[in-house]
Amino acid sequence: MIPRHLMIAMSILLAAALGLSVYAWHVRKSVTTSPTAVIDTRPLAPPVTGPTERVVLFVAHDEDGTLRGLSALIPLPSGRQQRSEELLRALLSIYLDRSSPHVLGSGAEIRSVYLVDPGAAVVDVNSAFADTHRSGVLVEQLTVASLIHTITANTPGIQKVKILVDGKERETLAGHADLSSYYDVSAVNQLAVQLQPGQ
Amino acid sequence: MRWTNVSQETQQPPPPARAAQIRRLCGFSLAAILSTLLLSAATPEKHLSVYSVAANYSLPLVQHDGRDYVGLLELLEPLGRVTAKTDGAKWRLRYNNVDGEFQSGKTRVRIHDRDADLGGKFVLDNKRGLVPLGSLSSLLPRFLGGPVTLHEAPGRLFIGNVGTHFTASLAGDNPPRLIFHFTAAVNPIIATDQGILRMTFSREPLVSPASPTLTFGSKVISSATYAESNGTAIVTVNASVPVIASFANEGKTIVVTPTSNPAQSATAPATGTPETPAAQAPAPAIPPPAPLPARRRYFAIVDASHGGDDHGETLSNTLLEKDVTVALARSLRQELESRGISTLVLRDSDANLSTDDRAVFTNADHAAIYIALHATASGRGVRVYTALLPFGEDDRGPFRSWTTAQHAALPLSQTTATAIAGELQKRQVPVRTLSAALRPLNNVTGPAIAVEVAPQSSDLAQLTAPDYQQLVAGAVATAIAAAKDQLGSAP
Repeated sequence: MIPRHLMIAMSILLAAALGLSVYAWHVRKSVTTSPTAVIDTRPLAPPVTGPTERVVLFVAHDEDGTLRGLSALIPLPSGRQQRSEELLRALLSIYLDRSSPHVLGSGAEIRSVYLVDPGAAVVDVNSAFADTHRSGVLVEQLTVASLIHTITANTPGIQKVKILVDGKERETLAGHADLSSYYDVSAVNQLAVQLQPGQ
Repeated sequence: MRWTNVSQETQQPPPPARAAQIRRLCGFSLAAILSTLLLSAATPEKHLSVYSVAANYSLPLVQHDGRDYVGLLELLEPLGRVTAKTDGAKWRLRYNNVDGEFQSGKTRVRIHDRDADLGGKFVLDNKRGLVPLGSLSSLLPRFLGGPVTLHEAPGRLFIGNVGTHFTASLAGDNPPRLIFHFTAAVNPIIATDQGILRMTFSREPLVSPASPTLTFGSKVISSATYAESNGTAIVTVNASVPVIASFANEGKTIVVTPTSNPAQSATAPATGTPETPAAQAPAPAIPPPAPLPARRRYFAIVDASHGGDDHGETLSNTLLEKDVTVALARSLRQELESRGISTLVLRDSDANLSTDDRAVFTNADHAAIYIALHATASGRGVRVYTALLPFGEDDRGPFRSWTTAQHAALPLSQTTATAIAGELQKRQVPVRTLSAALRPLNNVTGPAIAVEVAPQSSDLAQLTAPDYQQLVAGAVATAIAAAKDQLGSAP
C-alpha cells in the first residue's frame, strides 16, 4: 500500500510538470512567431558640425512617378563639398526608410561628392546603391534626377554632374539610366519640371 | 642557429653525381610541365553535338587508344528510358524495350539477340560504357529503330530527319544585302572582324548547302563558306567592308549588310593591288566624290531593348523584360507594315546587341524613325521618352559628337512622342511624355523615341496579352503613319 502523503506529493509533482510543459510550449510558440529584429544596415552618419539650415530635397515618388520638393532642416558644414555630401546623405536617409515613397536597397550609400572643376560635380555612390537598385526607365531616372536636382538646387554654379559607382564609371544604374556621360544640369532641370506633380 | 646551419649547407656545392641527378630531374619535370601545357593548349576538349526531335545536346568525347569514344548511356538518356547494369566485365544496357550486352575489351556486341561489330573495343571505364564514335552510325539504329547521320570528324550526330537547311542570296546593289533563309529559327553566335562575319551554330542542326563555298559576284560581299568543327557549324561571310547581321522573320532570316556606305567603300583598291607610294608617283588630283543621297532601306527601325545576357527588368519569376520587348516589337512591326511602313525589328531573337551597335545600324540605314521598346512592372500605362542629352562635346566640322548625335533631330523626336501620346490617350491608355538618359537615343542621328509599356492594372500578365500589345502597338503605328511625311523628309 502506497502511503497517502506519497500519493499527494506525486500528484503535485505531476501537475507541476504538466503545467511547466504547457508553459514551455506557449513560450516556444511565441518566440517562433515573433518577428525577427530588422538589421539596420544604414551607415552611421559621421558627426556633422555646423548650423542647421533649411534646404529643399527633391524626393522621388514611385506611385505617380513624380519628383516633389521637401523642405528640411539639416545641419550643414561650411565647406561647399561637405555640404553637398550632407545634402545627398539626408536625401538617401529618406530613401532607406522602408516607408519611403521611393525605396532604395539596404546598404546604399553616398561615398563622396567631389566639386572638381568650376561647374562640375562628381557623385560617387557605393556598389550596393547600384546593385540593389530596381530596374526600369522611370524608376532609375527618378533616382538620378532626385540626386542631381537636389545637389544643384542647393549648390549654385554646377553645370554638369557625373555619377560614379565605387569610384568607377558604370554604363547604367540598373540597366537603363545612362551613367557613362556627364549629366547636363540644364537638361535635368527641364526633366525635373516634367516630373512635377500634375505635369 | 638552425637557420644558419641550413644556409651554410645550401651554400656548399653539391657533389658532381648528385648535381647531375638533380639537373636530370629538373629537366624531366620541366619537359613534363611544358608538354602538358602545350598539349592542353593544342587540343581543346572535343564534343559531340547531338540533334534530335526530342532534344539538342552536347557530350564530351573521351580519347582512348588514339580514338574518340562517347558514353552510350549519356547519349541515349535524353532520347528515352534507359538503364545500365555492370556485371564484372559485362555491361548491359536497356533502352526502352531493346537490350544490349557489351563486354569490356571486345569489339562484338549483342543487341536485341543479334550480334554487331563496334569497329573498336568496348571500354568499361569506372562502370561507364564507352563506344567508339564511329560505331554510332551502325549501333544507334538498332536501339532507336530509325536512321542516324554521323559527321564523325566534326562530331555532329543527326537522329532522324532534323536538319536545318539554308539558302543565301544577294539582294540589291547599293548597298548589297546578303540574305540567309533558314528552314527553322536559328540563334547563332555572331562575331565580326573587319570584313569577316562568322556565325557559329552550336545548338542548331544546320546542314551544308550543295556547295560549301557560295560566291555572289559582288565586290562588297564576295562569298560565304560553310564548315563544321568540334560539334558546331560555322558560316563565314567574306566582305570588303565591315558588315553587320540582323535577324528577321522570327529568327528564320539573317540579313548581312555593310555598316558603312558600300558605294564609297567599293571604290577602295581591290585586295592585293599594291598601292603606289605617294612619294614615288604623285597621284593626280581626284575630285572628291559627289555626296551620295542617303539611301533608306527601312522607314522604321523597331528595337526590342535588352537581349541575351542583358535581361532588363525581371518582371516576375517567369517573365523577363527582354522577352516582352521582342513580342512588343513583333506586334509593332505588324501594325506598321499593315500601314505601308517598311519596318525592321533590330533584335528578333535572344541575341546580345550593344547600344552602340543598335545606333550604328540605325544611323547607317538612315531610318526615318527609331523606336526602342521597354517593359516595366512599375506604374501604369505607357511612357514615351525622348533623349535627355548629356553634357557633350561640340560637333567637329562634318563629324557629330557621338554622345549628342541626337541633338539636331530632337525637336522632331519630341513632336513624334507627343503625337504617339495623343493616339494612346484616344485609346484610354494612361500616357506620359518624358526625357530620359537612355542609350542609344542620344546616339541616333534621326528621330528617336523609346516606349516603355507598363500594365494598365496590377495584373502583370497584361504585358504579354496580345490584345494589350496590339492596342499599344496600334496607337504607336497610327501616330507614325500620320507623321510619315514629316518624318520622311527629315535629313
